[in-house]
Amino acid sequence: MKKIIKYVIIDILRNKIMLAYTLFLLLISLSVFNLEDNSAKGLLSLLNIILIIVPLVSIMFSAIYVYNSAEFLELLVSQPLKRKTIWLSVFSGLASSLAIAFFVGAGIPILLYEATATGFMMLGTGLLLSVIFVAIAMLAAVITRDKAKGIGVAILLWLYFSLLFDGLVLFVLFQFADYPMEKIMVGVSTLNPIDLSRILILLKMDVSALMGYTGAIFKNFFGTQTGVLLSFLVLTLWIVIPTWLSLRKFNRKDL
Amino acid sequence: MIIASNVSKKFGKLTALDNVSVTCNKGECIALIGPNGSGKTTLIKSILGMVVCNSGFITFNEKNILHDWQYRAHIGYMPQIGRYPDNMTIGQMLEMMKDIRHQKNAVLDEDLVQQFKLNELLHKRMRTLSGGTRQKVSAALAFLFNPDVLILDEPTAGLDPVATEILKDKIIAEKQKGKLVLITSHILSELDDLVTQVIYMQDGVLQFHKTIEDLRKDTGQEKLSKAIASVMVKING
Repeated sequence: MKKIIKYVIIDILRNKIMLAYTLFLLLISLSVFNLEDNSAKGLLSLLNIILIIVPLVSIMFSAIYVYNSAEFLELLVSQPLKRKTIWLSVFSGLASSLAIAFFVGAGIPILLYEATATGFMMLGTGLLLSVIFVAIAMLAAVITRDKAKGIGVAILLWLYFSLLFDGLVLFVLFQFADYPMEKIMVGVSTLNPIDLSRILILLKMDVSALMGYTGAIFKNFFGTQTGVLLSFLVLTLWIVIPTWLSLRKFNRKDL
Repeated sequence: MIIASNVSKKFGKLTALDNVSVTCNKGECIALIGPNGSGKTTLIKSILGMVVCNSGFITFNEKNILHDWQYRAHIGYMPQIGRYPDNMTIGQMLEMMKDIRHQKNAVLDEDLVQQFKLNELLHKRMRTLSGGTRQKVSAALAFLFNPDVLILDEPTAGLDPVATEILKDKIIAEKQKGKLVLITSHILSELDDLVTQVIYMQDGVLQFHKTIEDLRKDTGQEKLSKAIASVMVKING
């Protein structure tokens, strides 16, 4: 398994996009922290950028990578290797390179300028989001055979998680405004890893007062240790379940 | 060595393999012959586990290949169209395969690497290779680990006459070492001095599996190409 991970990582590093992504994150985070005199404010600006860009790059890069290495996968499958090993190696290679890129590009500036609980929360969720969207991209790529379609599905999934989901939630909230929806909202937020990360970070920033009564409920739940642990568990499930599904699919795939 | 029992495979509505049963033993050199789209490659890919069949099963050394992967250490596979990671050089490719497959104490068979003069091309990237050079790399990789079974899918397509002769000599040498060789080709004249048995497939159905002597006797033709042509006329007519 280690050997294949090594070759996947070498292959990814040969790709200039990864370097560009790291530099881009570095540029953004450094400039955001230097623009604001208060680095806590910088963190808030960085939050929105990270929640949009990290999932987008993770899902697109991984989906394209999986399609482009179809030959490589085909070659490996005809060798004495378990399919499980092959697939998990590709996953680990992608996940670790994207996580490292995030850590270098955004993690180090965060640690330098804002090494607080909020900063660590952002670092943790950012790393998890990178890996989650690798898992989702690999699931999308293994299900759709056609490259163009698969990349389209990946873009749609990103759009859904970062924009459409919020729209749907708002729609439901307005429709059922007369009912007590606050507690249900806690459950609904676990259905979207990006929202969950946003809530986790915002609550650490003590701006939950801006979110009204729902914010208070969120604070009650996500503000506690159990709440944070549970949310991280949910985020981990967002990695495990898509990976498991894609592995099952890949095991039966005709190459 | 390899036994396929009632193997069927469908791709959507298309039946690529229809109830195919076949037995292949050590020391045989089997030609898989049939028109385009008759299921030859699908059969090979199901033996390799690259295609998972819908029904039936395949055993390798009396072990079901489903959920097994170690048996592939005994197979050298040369695909019809060798597709390799574009960014890798030939040298890296060979190193990687050795790294993945090499077992301790195993002797590497670098005859083809040397005879095809691949050593002089080690720094070339896979995407810049011509079809023929690619085939040479595929062939070298298939023979590299001294496997007991060689599966060659259209091995000579795209090779120049010199390389074809080198490859044919290599196949004969390996056959004489008692290895099982499965070979598909449309250039029947090349198979004449290679094969001991013939499997003929059409529309996913295995029409017959005979030794070449039987085939010659049945058709009264000495040349494999003539014999197969007369069989095809008989089946289709």
